[in-house]
Amino acid sequence: MKVTLKIKRFNPEKDEKPWWAEYTVEAEPTDRLLDALNAIKWYQDGTLSFRRSCMHGVCGSDAMLINGSNALACKVLLKNLGEHITVEPMRGFRVARDLMVDLEPFFDKYKQVKPFFITYSVTPEKERQQSPAERERFDDTTKCILCGACTTSCPSFWANPEYIGPAAIVNAHRFIFDSRDEGREERLEILNHRDGVWRCRTIFNCVEACPRGINVTRAIGEVKKALMFRKL
Amino acid sequence: MYQRYDAVIVGAGGAGLMAALNLSAQARVAVVSKLYPIRSHTGAAQGGIGAALGNLEEDHWEWHMFDTVKGGDYLADQDAVEILCREAIETVYELEHWGLPFSRTPDGKIAQRPFGGHTRDYGKAPVRRSCYATDRTGHMILQTLYQQCIKNEVHFYDEFHLLDLLIENGRTAGVVAISLATGETYTFHAKAVLFATGGCGRMYRVSSNALALTGDGMAVALRRGVPLEDMEFFQFHPTGIYKLGILLSEAARGEGGILRNKDGERFMERYAPSLLDLAPRDMVSRAIYREVEEGRGIGGKDYVHLDLRHLGREVLDHKLPDITDFVRTYMGIEPATDLIPIQPTAHYAMGGIPTDVDGRVIVDEKNTPLPGFYAAGECACVSVHGANRLGTNSLVDILVFGRRGARHAAKFVRENDWAPLPANADERAQHLVAERMNAQGNEHQGAIRDLLRDEMMAKASVFRDAGRLTQMRESFHEIRERYNRIKLEDRSVRFNTELLELIELGGMIDIAETLVEGALARQESRGAHSREDFPKRNDAQWLKHSLAYKTPEGMELRYKPVTITKFEPRERKY
Repeated sequence: MKVTLKIKRFNPEKDEKPWWAEYTVEAEPTDRLLDALNAIKWYQDGTLSFRRSCMHGVCGSDAMLINGSNALACKVLLKNLGEHITVEPMRGFRVARDLMVDLEPFFDKYKQVKPFFITYSVTPEKERQQSPAERERFDDTTKCILCGACTTSCPSFWANPEYIGPAAIVNAHRFIFDSRDEGREERLEILNHRDGVWRCRTIFNCVEACPRGINVTRAIGEVKKALMFRKL
Repeated sequence: MYQRYDAVIVGAGGAGLMAALNLSAQARVAVVSKLYPIRSHTGAAQGGIGAALGNLEEDHWEWHMFDTVKGGDYLADQDAVEILCREAIETVYELEHWGLPFSRTPDGKIAQRPFGGHTRDYGKAPVRRSCYATDRTGHMILQTLYQQCIKNEVHFYDEFHLLDLLIENGRTAGVVAISLATGETYTFHAKAVLFATGGCGRMYRVSSNALALTGDGMAVALRRGVPLEDMEFFQFHPTGIYKLGILLSEAARGEGGILRNKDGERFMERYAPSLLDLAPRDMVSRAIYREVEEGRGIGGKDYVHLDLRHLGREVLDHKLPDITDFVRTYMGIEPATDLIPIQPTAHYAMGGIPTDVDGRVIVDEKNTPLPGFYAAGECACVSVHGANRLGTNSLVDILVFGRRGARHAAKFVRENDWAPLPANADERAQHLVAERMNAQGNEHQGAIRDLLRDEMMAKASVFRDAGRLTQMRESFHEIRERYNRIKLEDRSVRFNTELLELIELGGMIDIAETLVEGALARQESRGAHSREDFPKRNDAQWLKHSLAYKTPEGMELRYKPVTITKFEPRERKY
């Protein structure tokens, strides 16, 4: 099939403002959008710039705005996008070049929630025990690949860049609901803030955007609930 | 830009992060990586990490060691394999202590499952040894290590691309890298350098590897006079999604999945009567090629079926959720009811930068170290995998030897001063960049990359012979000649990914050449190196490691002996 890609371009070295480039690619319907982007870069226009690596949705490099929705370019197939496809960088972060955004603020927020295992008790010689049910409790949020699709789909984040954002909350949830972790209170306190979980307005864009199928809004809701009931 | 550190680690996958964690408390360390750490390919590992915990049945590190040696067709150095299998156990517990969310047994221990080539009691039957976190074990390892690095405030240079290794008077003096964001070259002056730059599987058309896996560290070392060891041994994983090469974990067969040909026959019964579908990867990949060759591929094509239908949705959704998702997303089929088209996919380089068991890079057949230079993970060759790696052992390798390399490097930086930087330290790197930036020609980068990958796939993949390998050797003339005529369209300084891809491709051509030269010279079949014109293993002549050097006259091969301690080579049958 023939597909036309309209791609938002911006090179701060020479462009004053973003512009649209159009490319036509001959492709299989089962090709990934990333295959089409690579075909452009390798055979038509080497200046087109984007991040990519694993090509099957686990490294999180190629989140972008595809036909108006956030997704990983390697996890959407052309047959599901139609013959005319628009591709833009994720919203809400500074565009570094073309489809690449500045991710530093994103990782800064992630680091705020103490995204690492915290324990104060004595470490056993072998493994800490955890039942399958306890393990299941936080399974969903262990899947996060930090691609940024959820945070940059969130209207609350667009309106207020101070908002810590769904991705950081997902990563806090992964520890808060891990029966082995002992940093629950510290993490909850960090999120118990106007720009923490309470900024979430339950819009659900993040759930649709997540390429890993994480129920992000539910995770945020569980953190909110934990905050409301923790002193009871 | 000039930066000075005690140690610089290049690469931020499992080996690099493990090294960073073990070095950063004792020395000033920078981690330089072309990807954000969590984008590294360790995150794509699925099925598990092997360790004889014995959580579900009796198991011993000696059994693990035997399986690894036999799986590697007796080419692995057994002193190194012993370390690998002994230290695997404490390593898995350490990961758990850092919070890694392993799947659990009903009584709350780390869950374990069977994997290809892992057996109980020296080959009697499959054993549950692979410690897993659903089918996202690598993702969890990468996340857990990165989390610990944040906790320990490790200093990262993200999206910095390695260009050169600095060696002065026989000592390592640092590395040169280019910042993707600014285009500036940085000279990192360091007492010790540890390469953890990963594999090179993108040299093949059908590959499970990320686009980033272009063997940068291997290529830089090779160009600086360091040999590459055992490059002729390259693993094809039996179950890649047809055409795309996306990995479907061996865990699928560990959980009971079966390979079938066009007649629905479980053909592994004919090739490996005792381990069946859980035979080591080299054997299963060859079996699939044979089935296809003899007309038993599906619809006469070059693929067979992976049958997971009998596992049921519960197992698929809970133990294999990611691969179930991949099959649904990319094939549009349902593994609970449909057969999955698969073909062998380029997966793992057993060879790499030669090291000893402390991660020190060695530069000749007498095991002479290059002081201050270390390597770990897929870019290195200890050798623990020999001629064929067992599933789950790469995750063990990156962690055990990432840690050991770091520990030795920590001692090295305490006891040594900085080697003086060579004059104009970044000159070669600058020259490389300028040469590519100014390249004039009419070739598209994609055409040359596709040519390399197609040729390697056709002439130097699962089955080899002198005829095809010789043709491949000839192809390098055309590939190199056309490479030099690639026109770089992007002349921007910042975020010039086209430039970096071009440099990657140049390195990959060199590495592919070491593979082909090693394969052509080795006139026997061993592990993943299968010569149709020399179908038998030949211990009398070839029980030895190859070392490939890049010289002005071309590739030069030397050889060094294999260390054998506990297990004398025997015929390899399953």
